[in-house]
Amino acid sequence: MTATNKPLQKATIPPPENGTDAKPVIRIQPTRGWTSLKLREVWDHRELTSIFIWRDIKVRYRQTVIGALWAIIQPFLTMVIFSIFFGRLAGIPSDDVPYPIFSFAALVPWTFFANSINQASNSLVNNAEMIKKIYFPRLTMPIASVLGGLLDFVLAFIILLLMMFYYGFVPTINILWFPFFLLLAMMTALGVGLWLAAMNVQFRDVRYMVPFIIQAWLFATPVAYPSSLLSEPWHTIYGLNPMVGVVEGFRWALLGTGTGPGPMIFVSFFVALALLISGVYYFRRVEKIFADVI
Amino acid sequence: MSNVAIRMEGLSKKYHIGGKQKRSSRFGDQLVEMVASPFRRAGNLLKGRHSGASDLEQDFWALKDISLEIQHGEIAGIVGHNGAGKSTLLKILSQITEPTTGYADVFGRVGSLLEVGTGFHPELTGRENVYLNGSILGMRRSEIDRKFDAIVDFAEIEQFIDTPVKHYSSGMYVRLAFSVAAHLEPEILLIDEVLAVGDVGFQKKSLGKMESVSQQGRTVIFVSHNMNALQRLCPQSVLLSHGKLVAQDKTSKIIEQYLTAVSSESIGPNQRIDLSAQKRDGTGKVQFESVSYAGDDPSLRYYPYTDGPLNISLTLLAKTACAVGSVAVVIFDRYGTKLVNADTLFYGRSINLRQGANQLQLRMDQLHLNPGMFTIGLWVADPPGEIHDYIPSAVLFEVVETEKENIRVGADGLIPVKFSITEA
Repeated sequence: MTATNKPLQKATIPPPENGTDAKPVIRIQPTRGWTSLKLREVWDHRELTSIFIWRDIKVRYRQTVIGALWAIIQPFLTMVIFSIFFGRLAGIPSDDVPYPIFSFAALVPWTFFANSINQASNSLVNNAEMIKKIYFPRLTMPIASVLGGLLDFVLAFIILLLMMFYYGFVPTINILWFPFFLLLAMMTALGVGLWLAAMNVQFRDVRYMVPFIIQAWLFATPVAYPSSLLSEPWHTIYGLNPMVGVVEGFRWALLGTGTGPGPMIFVSFFVALALLISGVYYFRRVEKIFADVI
Repeated sequence: MSNVAIRMEGLSKKYHIGGKQKRSSRFGDQLVEMVASPFRRAGNLLKGRHSGASDLEQDFWALKDISLEIQHGEIAGIVGHNGAGKSTLLKILSQITEPTTGYADVFGRVGSLLEVGTGFHPELTGRENVYLNGSILGMRRSEIDRKFDAIVDFAEIEQFIDTPVKHYSSGMYVRLAFSVAAHLEPEILLIDEVLAVGDVGFQKKSLGKMESVSQQGRTVIFVSHNMNALQRLCPQSVLLSHGKLVAQDKTSKIIEQYLTAVSSESIGPNQRIDLSAQKRDGTGKVQFESVSYAGDDPSLRYYPYTDGPLNISLTLLAKTACAVGSVAVVIFDRYGTKLVNADTLFYGRSINLRQGANQLQLRMDQLHLNPGMFTIGLWVADPPGEIHDYIPSAVLFEVVETEKENIRVGADGLIPVKFSITEA
């Protein structure tokens, strides 16, 4: 071991010795301004991401009596309540399909979205010890939170399929678009989740904001009512809330009502994309101080 | 010709630390403060100040200009007092936190062990936690599959491997945690003080494991307060002090230098330690003002050593002349276990204090402590019930290894004891 007293300089990385035993070189240095996204590194850690997903799922329903049934009960009971109060008592229109399936088709992606951003926003803070003691790409944590929500989504989706069968809905060719709308939901959830997770590290106020954000967002999204209540151009502008595109798209792909791909969905898609890209950038930008301030 | 594993150039790390805030003890004031501070913080934020922190913040260089090269296959120790920057250095090298200036090049796959059991989840079984923890530490799934039996075997918990770890004893828990960590096989291994887990037997086994790891040609950087372990594992060491690299040499030389340096620290022997800023409880009728400790000759620099004496000199401030029933010096180990409680109450003696400053000497004839770091707590009270002043952590001190060159085997029990053996 030798202490080097050379003046500080911008050194170039020396080539690996002999070329036979090339060791990976990591340059550790302060990052300034916009950093590289290092998405490659996240991909290299996909095994770790899957371990986090597996852990979250494993732990989520441990020591509960009915276990994963909760994934179904949550949206299902909300559907029952909505049907009674909004569908029956308030007489809110439902695009000419029975109100229960009208609201449930929206509640399935909505519940996925709400749970995902809730989990993702706390994913770093809840694992503070790990962040202080081990290095791994921090992006894996909110990503795992969102992907981990897919299991609950699938369970609730099965109930949705059963309800479609019960109400006699036969899927049309529209269903080919379904993966796109699911992707849109995931993009939105991850985009919002990344923003909230990164902010939560520095400002614990986020923890208290999230339930309120979810509640307000629910009312701003056509879950309990159809977006057809709005006329153009407001209908398209409504698409600025990307969950509008998700919810309407789900209804269109599965039930044939609501709004198909068009200006509104287009707007939603770009907002979701902007949320996701800005979210990843913001996350990477503040990532370097996570271990110091968490 | 270079066969460098890690090259550091001018590595520095700055932290912002909150300054001392004027605190009011009146509930009303605190309530007002609680309501007002969010607005003030928000105001600061709007003015564009980062994170809404107050004016009282100051900078603190945890590391300053570290330039160092470590060769492949080298086992290097890092020595230094608390806060010297050892852990910060490891955190930078393991990419947990970024340096403020300077850079480091790392040639090879790095594994870092800054803590054992990071990421263990209490609801998961031992088997599941091995996979979880292993993955977090950077092992591939196939690698864990391959090493699984060895890990469980080393931890000695075969029967409980499918039990949730929340039902484990703390010993079983750390054994499993260490075992996963010990089977990590990166080219460069950074270790911070993780040997201090488990019971004595397991610690010995851990040390042995580390020794065998280090003989496989791996590069290891090892931070520890355990001089014994450092000597066994690392031929070479560096000494950090206040974030700066002050020396590098043979480990035995470095340890010697470190022990000498300790005395020049504010917490060192023979110096009066001002206690006014310490966290404390009590009525405040009588308060500890300062404390110092020394050996038998107060003019000499003294390091407490196993079975040596410890003279503690206390300055007590009394608001009024009074007699107190209990003055005590307490010694805790690193885990907060109360090892010693030297209490005047034990002799049924009350101590008469005049108004103002009072000097008090307390002598422990023999310190039955093995080398390591310990904390002195101070206590003055009127039993039963009326606590005047209690400072749980007044002084941090180190009991040093006296036989530095020849490591005494078996000096790893909690308490030293004089014994003899007779052969029939």
